[in-house]
Amino acid sequence: MSSTFFKTIGIRLWTSALVLVGVSILIFCIARVIPGDPARIALGPNATQEQVELLRERLHLNESLPVQYFEFVRELFQGDLGMSLYTNRPVTTDIGDFLPATLELVVFAGILMVMVGIPLGVLAARYRDKLTDNVVRLLSLLGVVTPTFVWAVFLMLVFAFYLEILPVAGRLSQGVDPPPGVTGFYTIDALLAGQWSTFGNAFSHIILPATALALTGIGQTARLTRASVAETYDKPYVEMAQAYGFSDRRIASKYALRPAMIPSLTIMGLDFAAMLGGAFLVEAVFAWPGLARYGVETILHKDLNGIVGTVLVISAFFLIVNMLVDIAVAWLNPRIRLQKRWAG
Amino acid sequence: MVAILRSEGWYKFRRNPLSMVGLGLVTLIVLLAVFAPLVAPYPTHAGAFVDFVNASQPPSATNWFGTDLIGRDILSRIFFGYQVSLVLSVVVLVIAVPIGVGLGLVAGYFGGWIDYLIMRVTDVFLSIPPLVLAMAIMGFLEPTLLNAMMAVAVMWWPWYARLAYNLSRSESHEGYVLAAEVIGAPKWHVLVREVLPNCLPAVFTKITLDVGFVILIASSLSFLGLGVQPPTPDLGSMVAEGAQYLPDMWWMTVFPAVAILIAVLGFNLLGDGLRDALDQGR
Repeated sequence: MSSTFFKTIGIRLWTSALVLVGVSILIFCIARVIPGDPARIALGPNATQEQVELLRERLHLNESLPVQYFEFVRELFQGDLGMSLYTNRPVTTDIGDFLPATLELVVFAGILMVMVGIPLGVLAARYRDKLTDNVVRLLSLLGVVTPTFVWAVFLMLVFAFYLEILPVAGRLSQGVDPPPGVTGFYTIDALLAGQWSTFGNAFSHIILPATALALTGIGQTARLTRASVAETYDKPYVEMAQAYGFSDRRIASKYALRPAMIPSLTIMGLDFAAMLGGAFLVEAVFAWPGLARYGVETILHKDLNGIVGTVLVISAFFLIVNMLVDIAVAWLNPRIRLQKRWAG
Repeated sequence: MVAILRSEGWYKFRRNPLSMVGLGLVTLIVLLAVFAPLVAPYPTHAGAFVDFVNASQPPSATNWFGTDLIGRDILSRIFFGYQVSLVLSVVVLVIAVPIGVGLGLVAGYFGGWIDYLIMRVTDVFLSIPPLVLAMAIMGFLEPTLLNAMMAVAVMWWPWYARLAYNLSRSESHEGYVLAAEVIGAPKWHVLVREVLPNCLPAVFTKITLDVGFVILIASSLSFLGLGVQPPTPDLGSMVAEGAQYLPDMWWMTVFPAVAILIAVLGFNLLGDGLRDALDQGR
């Protein structure tokens, strides 16, 4: 482990913290600077002036902007995101309730993206310009250009309505009790509790939404992996391995794929994090009771605290994922990991 | 010289069948959108038209793509939907591209604290998932076409700032920039007359690709009910409206959904083709 590696991580942590502060300012600005009285917008045109005043007081809207921001950050550090005007509960409680469902969906989609996207990309690169390659390229292009909500609707139409092999909506069938909550992931909780039928039920419910969410990422991953693997196939060390007479399989997995993974990993991190945006669409179609659905409801109900809280949590997750990916890239890249040994 | 490069690029572009398909699709969509009032079978159905006698009819000889819940011809509404989508895309890019490219060029060429400031602000915008940022903005605005354009433009400019930043940083070390600086050309002159023109091909390629992706994001917004409001014909809201009546009235959802897909696909193929052609030409 080299000092360069830790230095890379240190710099990354510092910029992430800085960006997170920036994000909090940006969200705050969006919420407060946009013309119109947030209290009036939240309460609707029928509210009395007194009600509006009361809410303005509660949201600190009568203070100056810097004071408001300071209050916002102070409460944030106390783990307080205010009350949701839509559910009438603390926003943190709402997020705690809804976040696991979204994370479960995103994690499943992320696994699908990696397990399907990378092999497809490698396959296409190995059979470059052959039929396999063209088919993979066409499919991945379709993945990228089709909006997530269109995938969701099409998958639902085909697998839930016409073939009737998968459930239409929700996390569990009616009458099935959620497994005892440990992680909030129904599939994992059911496994931990040994409830096999509940596991099967939760799993069948997550297949369609996770697939709809993953398809854009699968397309991106396959395209990118194909491009970077194809590029490494032209490198001298692959030629050398071929000259040594190593098997195609060994060359593909060991010599061509590994260096090609570094650029793919960065983009996959971005795609994985972007799934949080796609989750808004998928959850809307499949009535998935997650944070994204809550986010849409708060937006439609003009719930100031709810919107700010949701966006903040999602951005924090986005930043953390990207940071982890950068660390993984630094770890995978021998030029960074082994720099000390090189130097001397 | 330029003419030769252009013709070489065009040759390269023409040889790739996918690029030509893209060009064909884009041309078709633009023509349909521009001449929607003339080519749509029922031009009046673009607005708040109601015909309950013919409501919810499946595809037939008179209504190729069927009719919606209040009897409007879906095919006609798709043509007008293209019109709305294209106008939206163009306005978003006309706002976002100059802002993003301008800031990126300045940051990349001048460097120093101005670089740090601009690029950190860009990072902040890029660290909120694109759709989420646009939605959050729409959360505080009235759902109108103009506001949807603003929200999407706000989330779009940072990508152009990134692109222009990388381009102008690498271009500013090129010989022709140094030469211009050595003969005493003012910094702004070098930036606008030397650096900018050499960044434009990459920017235009990205614009072509992005027309499709702006349509995708904007339709996602209106699918969630946060974009263009009825009776304005909008492909995203048409899909959302029809999705409530699946699977029986599938035509209300499937045709607008495919229409979005074709538009994004067309601009994507065209953009990819342009990129390949320009890369090779240089």
